[in-house]
Amino acid sequence: MPTNTLNGYSFEVDNEGFFEDREQWSEDLARELAALIDINLTDEHMKVLKFARDDQAQTGLTPTLNRMNKTGGFVVKDLFALFPGKPAKKIAWLAGLKKPTSCV
Amino acid sequence: MDDLSVKTGKRVVVLGAGSAGTMMVNKLRTRLPDEWQVVAVDRDNAHMYQPGFLFIPVGKYKPSRVVHSRKKYLLPGIDFVEAAVEKVVTAENKVYLSSGQAIEYDYLLIATGTQIRPDLTEGMADGALWFKKVFEFYTYEGSVALRRALEEFEGGKVVVHVTDMPIKCPVAPLELSFLIDDYFRKKRIRHKVDLTYVTPLDGAFSKPVASRELGNLLDDRAIRLRPDFAIDRIDNETQELVGYDGTRIPFDLCITTPLNTGQDYVFASDIGDESGFIPVDKHTLQSTDAPNVFAIGDATNLPTSKAGAVAHFSSEKLIENMVGLMLEGKQPAERFDGHANCFVESGRGQALLLDFNYDTQPLTGTYPLAHVGPMKLLGRSRLNHMGKLAFEKMYWGLLMRNRKNPLPADMQIAGKKWEE
Repeated sequence: MPTNTLNGYSFEVDNEGFFEDREQWSEDLARELAALIDINLTDEHMKVLKFARDDQAQTGLTPTLNRMNKTGGFVVKDLFALFPGKPAKKIAWLAGLKKPTSCV
Repeated sequence: MDDLSVKTGKRVVVLGAGSAGTMMVNKLRTRLPDEWQVVAVDRDNAHMYQPGFLFIPVGKYKPSRVVHSRKKYLLPGIDFVEAAVEKVVTAENKVYLSSGQAIEYDYLLIATGTQIRPDLTEGMADGALWFKKVFEFYTYEGSVALRRALEEFEGGKVVVHVTDMPIKCPVAPLELSFLIDDYFRKKRIRHKVDLTYVTPLDGAFSKPVASRELGNLLDDRAIRLRPDFAIDRIDNETQELVGYDGTRIPFDLCITTPLNTGQDYVFASDIGDESGFIPVDKHTLQSTDAPNVFAIGDATNLPTSKAGAVAHFSSEKLIENMVGLMLEGKQPAERFDGHANCFVESGRGQALLLDFNYDTQPLTGTYPLAHVGPMKLLGRSRLNHMGKLAFEKMYWGLLMRNRKNPLPADMQIAGKKWEE
């Protein structure tokens, strides 16, 4: 299992860089990670990340965009604005969660 | 129908008599003493062999082959109520039917599966192209209509599309892509067909080992991949899928997998999440809201695939949990591990076999016996394809008949090539 270090933080990741252990995540670390992909984490961003983490804690699954919309009440277009390009994946990564997957 | 609104004795009610419901209601009837009344409720008497929906569009199954009588597979001593459910009120221990009648229960098992919701994406069900150029294959009507559309198709852009997870049988759209490749090749028009697989995930195979082993399968079949696509709507005038980011994917024929939710009645009930799925403990399948309610199969919010294999393996734990609680007041202790396995059609007369659970991704190896097989995990083989075809007989002859299935319910690590 590779370990990433970033500005004094150290956390275990899978081969694609997603967190292995969600407990190694922190808000400050999320800010550092966001800077790497040119996102300046605002309160709006953080609200999304916190929802994703709370939801995952409850269901065991990283929420999909559809679930962010239905359960979290976020507008998908806004998520695209906040996390441009691939919001589902970026949210998962910045929230310290696994990427959304299928069974295979 | 007798008046079921008030109980005279002890009663367990099972909603849904499909794969999960039929298996469970038969197990319950077998295990419970005669003093227990066992009631099964379904809105119709048509039990569909759902894996067959994959074979109808490409002409391998006649449509009539997938439809069986539900009643035929219910053991004697089960009261079958053919009626649609209006709502469940767990606070009253009652199921209300759309006829206005109510059924009171001591214990309730929800096994009503998932449904496709093309009405939740703009331009899908409400578009002019629906069932003309935009199809689904998750219903009997859909797969039959798609069969006709494929017969008439002479060439152009074909898009196989997944709206968002969770969906029933997540690999089915991929399997259909492979079968369509075969289908057009046999029709000798494959060179006129531009086939694209469109997914909201970051690849056709999203688990690391599967992705490494199978990643080139799409390339081999000249199927284009469009990952990370989040659909906003279908533009019926220009015949394009439109993403939230404004990107457009043109099609001449679109085979979509609409959003999935639980059944309509769940939204009117005092149980169920925002998507109409029943929250349960992922190991015991007991409702997290009402201790005398359980749920199984696609109807649940289990963090695993919505697939018949999950229903089947979990049923062996669930029956112990239910019967223990019902007869002896024992708290549910049997733990389902999320085990699923399935044959995945890869076309050209071959299939893959997957075996996984909550904690272990699909790995390579052999199944069901370590080193012996004879099935090969996560690799293509003719034998796996024969297994997929033979499963139909096992489904109707063993699983739905409450006959012992030889495969262990828990996932086995032996036989798998372990890797992180």
